[in-house]
Amino acid sequence: MATLKDFRVSEKATWCPGCGHFTVLAALQAASANLGIEPYNMVLVSGIGCSGKISQHFGSYGFHSLHGRTLPVATGVQLNNHDLVVVAAGGDGDGYGIGIGHFMHALRRNIDMTYIVMDNHIYGLTTGQTSPTSHRGFKSKTSPAGSAEEPVRPVQTAIINGASFVAQAFSGDVKQMTRIMEEAIRHKGFSLINAFSPCVTFNKVNTYDWFKENIYNLDEIIDYDPTDKFAALRVLEDHGSVVTGVIYQEERPVYHEAMIGATKDPTVKLDLTLQAEEIEAIKNSLR
Amino acid sequence: MKKGVNNLKDLKWKVGGAQGEGIDSTGEIFAITLNRMGYYLFAYRHFMSLIKGGHTNYKVRIASQPVHYHGDDLDILLAFDQRTIDENFHELKDGSILIYDSSKLKEAKIPDQGKKVNVCPIPIYDIAQQLGNSIMKNMVAAGASCAAVGLEPSVFHEVIEGIFQKKGENIINANKEAIKKGYDYYKENFNFKLELPEKTGKPNKNLFMTGNEGIGLGALTAGCRFLAAYPITPATEIMYNALAHFPRFGGKIIQAEDEIAACLMAIGGNYAGVRSMTSTSGPGLSLMMEALGLAGISETPLVIVDVQRGGPATGLPTKTEQSDLNEMIYGSHGEIPRIVITPTTAEEAFYYIQHAFNLAEKYQCPVIVGTDMFMGMSKKSISDLDFGKIKINRDEIISDEELQKIEKGMFKRYNLETKTGISPRSIPGQKNGRYVALGNEHEETGYEIEDPETRVKMMDKRMRKLKHFDPSEIGIYFSGEDQFDILLIGFGSTFAQIDEAYQELKEKGEKVAHLQVKVVYPFPRKIVGEQIQKAAKVFVVDHNATGQLRQLIQKEVGYHEKLTSILKYDGNPFSVREIVNGVLGKGVNA
Repeated sequence: MATLKDFRVSEKATWCPGCGHFTVLAALQAASANLGIEPYNMVLVSGIGCSGKISQHFGSYGFHSLHGRTLPVATGVQLNNHDLVVVAAGGDGDGYGIGIGHFMHALRRNIDMTYIVMDNHIYGLTTGQTSPTSHRGFKSKTSPAGSAEEPVRPVQTAIINGASFVAQAFSGDVKQMTRIMEEAIRHKGFSLINAFSPCVTFNKVNTYDWFKENIYNLDEIIDYDPTDKFAALRVLEDHGSVVTGVIYQEERPVYHEAMIGATKDPTVKLDLTLQAEEIEAIKNSLR
Repeated sequence: MKKGVNNLKDLKWKVGGAQGEGIDSTGEIFAITLNRMGYYLFAYRHFMSLIKGGHTNYKVRIASQPVHYHGDDLDILLAFDQRTIDENFHELKDGSILIYDSSKLKEAKIPDQGKKVNVCPIPIYDIAQQLGNSIMKNMVAAGASCAAVGLEPSVFHEVIEGIFQKKGENIINANKEAIKKGYDYYKENFNFKLELPEKTGKPNKNLFMTGNEGIGLGALTAGCRFLAAYPITPATEIMYNALAHFPRFGGKIIQAEDEIAACLMAIGGNYAGVRSMTSTSGPGLSLMMEALGLAGISETPLVIVDVQRGGPATGLPTKTEQSDLNEMIYGSHGEIPRIVITPTTAEEAFYYIQHAFNLAEKYQCPVIVGTDMFMGMSKKSISDLDFGKIKINRDEIISDEELQKIEKGMFKRYNLETKTGISPRSIPGQKNGRYVALGNEHEETGYEIEDPETRVKMMDKRMRKLKHFDPSEIGIYFSGEDQFDILLIGFGSTFAQIDEAYQELKEKGEKVAHLQVKVVYPFPRKIVGEQIQKAAKVFVVDHNATGQLRQLIQKEVGYHEKLTSILKYDGNPFSVREIVNGVLGKGVNA
């Protein structure tokens, strides 16, 4: 039985002291241990940037891929071995900027994986530029007069385009984040966790305090129904999208069971031999 | 009317008309029938980037031995419209036959090119209408064709029954009737007949396959069970082939949102331990460049098939070219080990894609298989395919036992203690095999680094992997005497036309040799160098505008003054004539 220790690695994480990503890492380690997952049966695929480093700091198999390309790599892994727990992790620049195309399609396919986006409303590792989730008017090195763009609304996008589990968490609340991760991993289908993970070095606007003041926590709402799509969209609209908890959940067929060539056993475990009569049938199809 | 009978070694037949009128079906029915009879065929499809209208044609060369090219000239042209006559008449030989549909084209304009062509107007469309459905004009045309080559209409029956089996007896009989009507009309009105060459194959034995099908079936045989691709002409047929065959064996196909995703999904599949590939054409390959580098630095096996077409950008999407050579060899920023294979024929595509999977896993690097539209979409008769010839080799995956011997958590995926540069990889799910595959420079366990010493060691490790790979062990083609004056060099599918040009030049008394490169990277420097050294003059046949193979030879081997390019970049395959003329100094298009 794996313990928390098995999801830790010896190298120290290189994030800035106080970075929200430390909480994301700790929550994922705790959630994985709590669920009794073996680290060798888990793959963490990440993009690049500060958020991308998480795969190196986590004790499972990992793939630190390319900027914005987390989801297709994770899709390739998951479809070829659906016995693995596949978690994809990225940032708001990585996932909602360069990677938003892949995001849309992973949603509608309902790939059975969990996607954690560490959303700090800024580009960190490239030292503080405006990101796709930066608010209108946000000042940075690349928008000194204030951003003239509306932010991307990833959570609403996910709900509308077919994610079957949509949640937001906050690095200031490790307990809630851990619980949400457990639910997301347990959920069969595509789970999005948009994790508010403040950048203490470059984002002086959306700080821990700012989130604490603005967050609307669904865990405190007794009669909230996460299966009601319109209620989910309304609550996000009413609270400027700064809502934590499980926002939306539905049951839908997962891609690896519905796709062409679907098999009960994972692809990686299939026998590769072609029998003589099978070869003959192939030849006949060419005559 | 005069009777003309030619004794030909081969016979070339072409049907043409507007797109969307069933031209391809007419060609296919004719070709499949003759292939089943035991003739050796090569069928080439000419088409345009539109759905209805324009001009399309389907050419079949029928021979008594395997052929890899549809030939420069033409014996029978079956034209459904004036445009077909205008665009193809120049191919017709003296004594050839032109059949055209006189239903709508009352007075066809026959070009005067100073050659004797037997013109046969047949009201094909009207005959089909009388039978109750104009769609059957293709069958009427097939019937007329079989009369022109001296076959009986019954040879088509089996193919017709197969095609229309689901539609019932009435449809089958109507189609048989249409063939008979076309046949009878020709027999009653014309008596020119061209003889088919000798039939040497056994009935129902020869396979009839495109290069794209060769790739799909070869991949399946190699144990590939995952294809991620995005639709693109002329590579989409690889997807179709996989869709037809993979699922029976648990193989999976995903239509990705773009080629970037397709390539990365294939990388993910390979990382997870399943032989995975992506297939594309030039524009898609361009989008895959960063992913190519990722496979290289993370040492993840990857197989990419590039069915080349006319570039750049959207270029000539339905025409053939070999202009991605530089991109296949040099593409992606930074430096990675890679192998680029260019099979010469459809059957070689079947075998070489299997080598590609073995090499990708052995050297843990990307392998690009470069074909082109000419080879990918043309169909040819093949005596047989040996599904057991190339064994699946997955030796570079570490065993569970070996992983157990390693101290817990100490598996070095990128172990530097390796003479060959190859370090065994683990597959997720294996205990104690944890590592992180990285697009960043890294140390042995897969943790990113930036120190100069480790960087150089890791770079050297990767680059060492192919030091002992001998490209000629996969294959290189040479034909010629020990001594020769002229050497012809090409890569990939130009093999066919160069081979015929070589035969012709030999008959003319030239001392000539032919070298075809099948692995273009790493380049088979030694063999190519040795042969060039012997020649007085070397002609490099390049299906592109800048002589990419010639430049590669000059870079890898030298001999700058000896090499002359024979180039073509108008979208059509090389003709034998163009190569012969290029050698004899008449200019490529003389």
